[in-house]
Amino acid sequence: MFESCADPSQLEGLNWFLCYLTSGKHMLFYTSFLVVMALMVITAPIALMFGFGGALAARSHVAPLRWLGKGYTAMVRGVPDIIFFLFVPVAMDQGLEYLRNLYKCPPTDAPIWANNEFNVCAAAKLPLSTSPQFWHEAYGFALAVIAFSIVFGAFAANVLYGAMNAVPRAQLETAEAYGMSPKQVRRRILIPQMWTYALPGLSNLWLILIKATPLLFLLGVEDIVYWARELGSTKSAIYDYPHPDWRVWYFLVLLFYYLGMTRISEIYLGRLSARLSRGQATMAGEAMRKAGA
Amino acid sequence: MKKLILTAAALALSTGFAMADTVRIGTEGAYPPYNFINDKGEVDGFERELGDLLCEKAGLTCEWVTNEWDSIIPNLLSGNYDTIIAGMSITDERMETIDFTQNYIPPAASAYAALSADADLSGVVAAQVGTIQADYVAKSGATLLEFATLDDTVAAVKNGEADAVFADKDALAPFVGSDMSWAGDDVPLGGGVGIGMRKSDAELKGKFDALITEMKADGSLNAMIKKWFGDEATVF
Repeated sequence: MFESCADPSQLEGLNWFLCYLTSGKHMLFYTSFLVVMALMVITAPIALMFGFGGALAARSHVAPLRWLGKGYTAMVRGVPDIIFFLFVPVAMDQGLEYLRNLYKCPPTDAPIWANNEFNVCAAAKLPLSTSPQFWHEAYGFALAVIAFSIVFGAFAANVLYGAMNAVPRAQLETAEAYGMSPKQVRRRILIPQMWTYALPGLSNLWLILIKATPLLFLLGVEDIVYWARELGSTKSAIYDYPHPDWRVWYFLVLLFYYLGMTRISEIYLGRLSARLSRGQATMAGEAMRKAGA
Repeated sequence: MKKLILTAAALALSTGFAMADTVRIGTEGAYPPYNFINDKGEVDGFERELGDLLCEKAGLTCEWVTNEWDSIIPNLLSGNYDTIIAGMSITDERMETIDFTQNYIPPAASAYAALSADADLSGVVAAQVGTIQADYVAKSGATLLEFATLDDTVAAVKNGEADAVFADKDALAPFVGSDMSWAGDDVPLGGGVGIGMRKSDAELKGKFDALITEMKADGSLNAMIKKWFGDEATVF
């Protein structure tokens, strides 16, 4: 990065550290923090959408839709997350390649699953072998986002389902008495009021999502845990910057990173909670009203 | 409609040929000097140099991919990459699921390293999971302690969790010095290191086999081994 870093063996003390911490490998480490944040920021709204769909489906009067909503939450909530994270990307990857195989490959007699191998023709590979490494990584990341969204969506569905049921029945009845259709009741009364009940559960989920991001490492995405372990491990003289086992320091950095992330989240979630309680027929809303009066 | 299908098939075939030129190489990136990730963040080491040279000679475009050691064979089989060049010894057990080219590193010694030369080698011995060394330790009667990476096995010895670590001598060499020393005798293990491939990739295997034979004959492979593993390394 800096001109003075050209020959690391001549460096000492602070300069050595400065060059060490700006090596190409460290840059990849810093970038991986952005990858983790991107995962959280992309996954949260998608999971919320899944959750919303699941909750509405579970409350539906149409039986098959209701079964779908309830089945989704029950299934995902009942399976350990790690198994889901291991299963979804592999199954999706092979499933997609199998589908592409059907219309992209010349017909052959060769079976796709044989001798432990999964073989589709080169044109059906996803991403193609010829694509730059970036697309392979983006594809892996996308599979991870889907796996995270399905799992956290199921939890969010349950939280939202509960929150919708917690809105006082009298509120909905009053709306009906004003002649609103079920759709209008849902959109104008139910959904605006349920957030205050959903927020504690959703904020829990958000913190769990932050803390679940090291699972990316399991999915083969080179995340902060991968780089911390790689950078921290003993470096012999074959490397430009030899050092003993420093993993404990790298993991300490991760520890503070996660603590910082969760702390910042708590502050914002606290503000959001206060904002949502305003004017609500809840204890928090009542307390605010009294304080204001 | 028929014409459309024909064109589509022709297109699929022609793209198929174009793609055959790209080979994705899976490696661990944590086993210096065989393969490691250098300070620029790129795959480096003996195998990087060898792999790049083989690809250049074969007229292939190669892409290096890192993968955890313990899932390196399953991910080859499911098609994430096409070859494994990761210091993988040729064994009968692995030959049941994948194919190997002929060896590009001759059978080399494995060795024990410990805090002192008289360490108890029948006590607790650390080895990397899924390696021939781990198999050997399990059969030797010692208590096997498995770890995901070589670094973890060495760390286990340093913090006293294990009495000794057992691994490829060349990979352990950088760790032996001030605080660790060799213990016991060297053990010759495995049939040398080869390039792992899917059994269905016979064509690619043939190409690499021919090139390795060529490099063994003209001495360039030996020179490369000496460059990375030192002058005392076992050569062909």
